[in-house]
Amino acid sequence: MSDNNKKWFTLNLNSSRHKQTSNSCGCGKNSGGCNSHNEKKEMSDEEFYEAAVDASIGEERNKDGFQQVFDVKMDRRSAFKKLTASLLIGAGAVSSCTSVISSDETKEKAQINWEEQFKGNYKLMNDDEKKATVDRLVRSYQLRTGKNISMSSKNAEDDVLFGYAFNISKCQGYMDCVSACVEENNQDRNSQMEYIRIHEMKDGKGFNFNEADDNYYHEVPAEGHFYMGTQCFHCDNPPCVDVCPVQATWREDDGLVVIDYDWCVGCRYCMAACPYDGRRFNWSKPQVPEEEVNKNQHYLGNRMRKKGVMEKCTFCVQRSRAGKNPACVEACPTGARIFGNLLDPKSTIRWVLENKKVFRLKEDLGTEPKFWYFMD
Amino acid sequence: MKRLKIFASLVRDSLDVITHGSKKYHIWMAFLTFVMLVGMYCYSIQLDQGLSVTGMTDRVSWGLYISNFTFLVGVAAAAVMLVMPTYVLKDIDFKQAVLIGEGLAVAALIMCLAFVVADMGGPSVLWHMIPGIGVFNFPNSMLTWDVIALNGYLFINISIPFYILSRHYQGKESKKSIYIPGALISVFWAVGIHLVTAFLYQGLQARPFWNNALLGPRFLASAFAAGPALIILVLAIIRTFTEFKIEDKTIKKIALVVTVAAQINLIMLVSELFKEFYAPTHHSESAYYLFFGLDGKTALLPWIWTAISMNVLATVILTFHKLRNNLRVLYFACFLLFVAIWIEKGFGLIVPGFIPGPYGKIAEYTPTGIEIGVTLGIWAMGALVFTILARTAIKIETGKLRYKE
Repeated sequence: MSDNNKKWFTLNLNSSRHKQTSNSCGCGKNSGGCNSHNEKKEMSDEEFYEAAVDASIGEERNKDGFQQVFDVKMDRRSAFKKLTASLLIGAGAVSSCTSVISSDETKEKAQINWEEQFKGNYKLMNDDEKKATVDRLVRSYQLRTGKNISMSSKNAEDDVLFGYAFNISKCQGYMDCVSACVEENNQDRNSQMEYIRIHEMKDGKGFNFNEADDNYYHEVPAEGHFYMGTQCFHCDNPPCVDVCPVQATWREDDGLVVIDYDWCVGCRYCMAACPYDGRRFNWSKPQVPEEEVNKNQHYLGNRMRKKGVMEKCTFCVQRSRAGKNPACVEACPTGARIFGNLLDPKSTIRWVLENKKVFRLKEDLGTEPKFWYFMD
Repeated sequence: MKRLKIFASLVRDSLDVITHGSKKYHIWMAFLTFVMLVGMYCYSIQLDQGLSVTGMTDRVSWGLYISNFTFLVGVAAAAVMLVMPTYVLKDIDFKQAVLIGEGLAVAALIMCLAFVVADMGGPSVLWHMIPGIGVFNFPNSMLTWDVIALNGYLFINISIPFYILSRHYQGKESKKSIYIPGALISVFWAVGIHLVTAFLYQGLQARPFWNNALLGPRFLASAFAAGPALIILVLAIIRTFTEFKIEDKTIKKIALVVTVAAQINLIMLVSELFKEFYAPTHHSESAYYLFFGLDGKTALLPWIWTAISMNVLATVILTFHKLRNNLRVLYFACFLLFVAIWIEKGFGLIVPGFIPGPYGKIAEYTPTGIEIGVTLGIWAMGALVFTILARTAIKIETGKLRYKE
């Protein structure tokens, strides 16, 4: 409970509290409200929300964006330093960085930064170049924090095409998937970036996204509602890939739509082109507390991002290419999420596609998502 | 060698011209510089903290910058409405206006590029887009088409006036065989830049508000109304403050262009409104948001209705010969039209594209002070560039600035 100040964490708390309350509830019901202590709960929900918001943004709540920025003690020097830094790099200031006076570590850091700044597009690299950039990033992290991470540059395997199925009947809206995703993929904690959105829909209204709530803070499953999760659907014909002016995003051979965070220029055209709200942008420098960083990383997946670049769900490429399920699948307590190789006839996902009445969202757009919905 | 010497002398002389002038001129330039500095300060904050200092979010991911970019492409394209009658149809009336129009196009294009750069999350890696050292996703991405179109148009609009002016600077006539082909290309290119910019939005199946065959043509019509309207206003100012002679005839002819374009624009607006509201579908929600608001979210309502009424009023005024031929009324109508189209083809077009979101989420967008500061700074930069270009051009055209051997 000490982590209350992070709003994204409420999701986790929500679900764990759900377990608590249902355990402590005398009615013995595992899902749905038992109506015996509704009032109290509602209060605590409100209070909790207030406390969480206060803790995370505090006094900033009453300021508009203008004030928030101007009232901050503005470090002008660092702003101008950054302005000139890129110019200096362009001017070839690396020679001065590697002068005799500076230490070996500083030199190495400068060398890495220089090579990273001017490296090419990951999509077009050969395996040696991929390994080189991954080594540089690992070394750079070591130099900066003194900690070791492992980063993979594993390519797509042959005869693999990843697909995903979502059981609408099973999902109860616990959002364990969302928390697991945030932790696994080192997403920015400040802005509460989440790849997965869970839409709470009213029974009897069908799939009415317009009236659905994708930002709820109450006990689930709420009565008279059902839940539907969305994330990047890894379209086979992804509109986001075509529009990118620099090919910083592409479809890998195993069907994953990935981004080279270092090649992205941050124009956000892909975001406008995505019909599924699958992409996220780093509006400021992403912050992950050092002790929470997931150190098992992949270049195309959960490695640390910088500000001003796009990111998105990669079906946890660091896990899926290592033969594991994505974090959301593993975290789901209800078994609503199914992931697997579409080319393997014995896989569960194939069984679902062959035996259930499956459908996809906005099929009329011709994007061919590899994400199916079905019901029991 | 001789050419270099002439060029150096031209640069020296024009520097002299733009740094000397009346008190009013100095105040104007100082004002623009001040606004630019404020804009640069705001931009430095944005560079430091990221685009989170703007009002843009994951829900509405393009805002004021891209709106102004879209509108200014139209202003740049409008120079063609002066070039065509002068160089292609050989209507000499426009000759003096053309250099001004092309100067305006250059300023508008520089502003366009500045707005795009301001909108980028990583301006330091923009070299990724340069063919050769980067990866240029041509022809798949419409944005790469736009980069080619804008830079090509900028090149044409710099080189033609530069050629003509440098000839006049030496006291020689410019050769038609050299600039006429350039002028011809620029006519097609101008239509191209605007159509390509429209396709940028039109090609997105994810955004039904933009995914609409009329978007491109309507871009053209509104551009050919707003651009020349701005040129009329600029010519009016130049006429009052300099000795550069611009005849009434010229202004009235440009006014005719504005009138026809504004009328066509209005017809297309009616067609769009009919389609959205006669048999509304799920895809009409953005239009509903824009014109009537959705779920009590009504941020754009005052803007769009101001724009529509100004647009209609201006078009009505322009349609009557008697009103249009009265220069004061004409200037007023041009001002109305310019502002109306800035709203309509700016954030009236960009913001509703994102509202409601792909899953119906209605999250509104309000620009922050920083964003407005950067925007004003870029407009001031455009005005400064135009003032410098126009001042040099006028001095050369009036014969005050000549090459001395």
